[in-house]
Amino acid sequence: MEIKNNKEIFHEGTVEFVSGPVIKASGMREFGMREVVKVGSQQLMGEIIKMNGDEATIQVYENTDGLCVGECVKGIGEPLSIELGPGLIGSFFDGIGRPLDALLKEEGMYISPGTAVNMIDRDREWDVVPAVKVGELVSGGMVLATIQETPLLVHKIMTPPNVEGEVIWVIEQGKHKASADIAKLRDARGQEIVIPMVQKWPVRTPRPYRERLLPNEPFVTGQRVIDGLFPLAKGGTACIPGGFGTGKTVTQHQLAKWGDAQVVIYIGCGERGNEMTDVLEQFPVLEDPRSGRPLMERTILIANTSNMPVAAREASIYTGITIGEYFRDMGYDVAIMADSTSRWAEALRELSGRLEEIPAEEGFPAYLPSRLGEFYERAGRVVTTSGENGSVSIIGAVSPPGGDFTEPVTRHTKRFIRCFWGLDRALANARHYPAISWTDSYSEYAGEVESWFCANVDPRWGELRGKARAILAEDTKIQQVIKLVGEDVLPDDQRLIAFTAFLIKNGYLQQNSFGSDSYSALQKTFEILRVIIEFHEKAFVLVKKEIPISLIKDDESVSAITHLRELAADDKDGFALIRSRIEEHLARVATERTKKVKGGGQ
Amino acid sequence: MAQPEYIGVKDIDGPFILLENVRGVGYGELVDIRDGKGERRHGQVKALSEKATLVQVFTGTENLVPESTKVKFLGKPLEVSLSKSMIGRTFNGLGEPRDGCGELYGGKRVNINGLPLNPMARQYPKDFIHTGISAIDTLMTLIRGQKLPIFSGNGLPHNQLAVQIATQSKVVGSDEFAVVFAGIGVKHDDAAYFMHELSSKGHSNNIVTFLNLADDPVIERIATPRMALSTAEYLAYELGMHVLVILTDMTSYCEALRELGVAAGEVPSRKGYPAYLYSDLASIYERAGVVRGRSGSVTQIPILTMPNDDITHPIPDLTGFITEGQIVLSRELDAKSIYPPIDILTSLSRLMKDGIGKGFTREDHPSVSSQLFASYSHVQEVRSLAGVVGEDELSKTDKSFLSFGGAFEEKFLRQGRDENREIDNSLDMSWNILSTLPESELTRVSLADIEKYIRKKDQ
Repeated sequence: MEIKNNKEIFHEGTVEFVSGPVIKASGMREFGMREVVKVGSQQLMGEIIKMNGDEATIQVYENTDGLCVGECVKGIGEPLSIELGPGLIGSFFDGIGRPLDALLKEEGMYISPGTAVNMIDRDREWDVVPAVKVGELVSGGMVLATIQETPLLVHKIMTPPNVEGEVIWVIEQGKHKASADIAKLRDARGQEIVIPMVQKWPVRTPRPYRERLLPNEPFVTGQRVIDGLFPLAKGGTACIPGGFGTGKTVTQHQLAKWGDAQVVIYIGCGERGNEMTDVLEQFPVLEDPRSGRPLMERTILIANTSNMPVAAREASIYTGITIGEYFRDMGYDVAIMADSTSRWAEALRELSGRLEEIPAEEGFPAYLPSRLGEFYERAGRVVTTSGENGSVSIIGAVSPPGGDFTEPVTRHTKRFIRCFWGLDRALANARHYPAISWTDSYSEYAGEVESWFCANVDPRWGELRGKARAILAEDTKIQQVIKLVGEDVLPDDQRLIAFTAFLIKNGYLQQNSFGSDSYSALQKTFEILRVIIEFHEKAFVLVKKEIPISLIKDDESVSAITHLRELAADDKDGFALIRSRIEEHLARVATERTKKVKGGGQ
Repeated sequence: MAQPEYIGVKDIDGPFILLENVRGVGYGELVDIRDGKGERRHGQVKALSEKATLVQVFTGTENLVPESTKVKFLGKPLEVSLSKSMIGRTFNGLGEPRDGCGELYGGKRVNINGLPLNPMARQYPKDFIHTGISAIDTLMTLIRGQKLPIFSGNGLPHNQLAVQIATQSKVVGSDEFAVVFAGIGVKHDDAAYFMHELSSKGHSNNIVTFLNLADDPVIERIATPRMALSTAEYLAYELGMHVLVILTDMTSYCEALRELGVAAGEVPSRKGYPAYLYSDLASIYERAGVVRGRSGSVTQIPILTMPNDDITHPIPDLTGFITEGQIVLSRELDAKSIYPPIDILTSLSRLMKDGIGKGFTREDHPSVSSQLFASYSHVQEVRSLAGVVGEDELSKTDKSFLSFGGAFEEKFLRQGRDENREIDNSLDMSWNILSTLPESELTRVSLADIEKYIRKKDQ
């Protein structure tokens, strides 16, 4: 297969040195920094990362086995870029944007080096509706034509950023191949500019926008611990650090499934092949709870599994975020899951080691924090160049070695994110999922999005959240005492707090990733917490009247609290029934007790 | 095609030789080296530049004389030859027969490094493998096509457990079953134990063995697991067999990698291991799975001994990030003579969620296993509390947790080395033990299941 856009090949150099994914070549004065090159007879794809006199250092995105000194290096005259256009949704790419289904057809079950395929299928036909007329003036970001890419998503073909002019020709309405041109413009200097349906953008350059907006709308995830305690905002950044087996990937999958976004980009960066296969098999059959359409119709997958070449791992993150920004520019809310950013950082370390750079902390290059910062800052809720609101939210998993959150990647990531969902080993061992720790985690967005929850779910949302957090914090202290002396010697008010915390942990925060509880609607999230907090407040009054906690606890209606999540979200009667049964039970306990005291019993 | 032969090398350093002014050599190419007496060894190109070529010599550089050493570049990577007649044979770490039954003829030759599998070609593994071990079947279910390592320590019965899994494993509807065993730097005794046990339990004619013993050249250890996995992939994807690969001991493999990395003068990363340890391990562990449209599968059980029983050591740590779970053995349980001494709380099977429950094992399986984890985790807290305040001071509920913990370890966990328990049996046993706890503590199972499995039984 031939890539049409890369028809011109400018100059040639010669391979001088090979060490795994890093090679050096001479005769490179004509090449540009960060230019993409094709190396050797196999046409391996690489990128120039260092220039030193006549010699260039190149990181090669494919396996270099068999490469010889003296083979030639050809430049293609542009930096690492990906293609943007209709057909991205539902696709599955490798780290440098090659569609894996096309590779499968061409190469069979294994990925061999040197295969070039177009990122977007040029022969696929689309129903194009022009959005401009001849004679109109357009500038960067303005929509030239629209395509109904999936039943839910209108793909807008935009004027590339930094281009403006008068429309002198526009495509006719009807079916067109993806290889077609959309419009021709004449710019201020009278030059003609042809705008194709499939456009290119260099992955390491953020796409421009007009201005940033405050992140005050929540990114609803259907996970109680996140929505209820540590919410993320649209356009926000979050990280999920956790040792192996604490459930990073399951949490990421949950967010990709149920997150409130029109486009979800899932980057499997240095992780397991089977996990990507899992997404690929599940998403076409799972339904989006908001639209009822298959989840695959809003998902784009990017995979550089752990056994794929390491240099492409470094690029995969940029490929993902560039696609994200492209859809943001159309005015959509985009969520990017990067699993895991530690593998990306380790790819940087591995390449840096091969370049013999002086390492900073734990062998990571000194520029690690600035790279992390550049990446997370590409998130945000913005006014696009065409004046619409769009957002890119980034959720990055971090895999700290030994589960130690003080290591460089976690520590530097914390500087650039505003929402921290720390996974806890002890919770994971007890199979309490999601194992997001309520003591270590935080969300800086909580205050900003609270008014949205109060307006859209229930005015008491913020109040209940505050109470639940206070109980959990108090419980943390009480648990330390319990560890030393046991529960029985504590005063009853403290035992009640410990018991309510038990209910919050087991009835509210714990949530199965499969079955009907996998997505918890906001109303249900609210109702469960309401039952628990109301129980706590009423019971607290009783405890103050010296009614023993054992009597308060001992009823089926109370143990039913931990099974509230088995109810359906819209089962208002079910929640009301439990609430009234608890009330009855507490009232009964109170009156029986008073009788006994009055009757001089005991 | 005749390749030119170079006479004389410039430097010899550890397992590396350096040649000058060599032309037309590819990175990673296989090298044929002859010493003065004409004896052959193999090597591989490790770094290339215009002036110098660095070659890593398998079997070591002893007795090489710089002046008289002859080097020939073979123009191909390290390969293994594959055919059906490999089954039942024993090879060394480089794929040469070591059982004295002669060379292997015919077959196809493939690069041992393999190629990354296109994730789209994979099929998500879902078939439950019955191992007959309660703890594994119920709590960290092994799935066909999974990579599930055993994290052990020196002196723990990991070999016995691996043998029990290999001999008791059965998957519904599969008869073409083979075991590929790769001993990487293993002791003679361990290798002999595996050979004896597997053959005496009826696996002698479907096992392929690659052995690199503890006193064999270190450098061959890099090739051994790859030889084994290339063989497994051939048996699985071309001959349609279900292959169980046992790799032991991955710690020796990583030590070998570190030794060579240091010798090559690479910048070391954590604890002196090379920075590419993760990618390198992934290139081994990721070679497991099920491929769409092929009838076979590769299931991996790598065994590694955690240095100082430290699970945060880079070897188990990086392994855990790549594999689909882990079975962790506990020295404490072993000291109580409980076999298999599986520490269930730190053990995990990531593929379990899709291979159990209705239509696979039994519908109550997911929730009952979750409940066992939650309750046993609480047992640990109660035990440490009992250590402080004494057992008598515990509340009634806490006391019931203590007896639950005891019953769990003695009845559920403990089983004989030849005891093969059915999954139904294991699940019923779980309910029996859970029924000793107050119902209000059973928060992970649904009320309907409590009704069905506990209350009904009481009547």
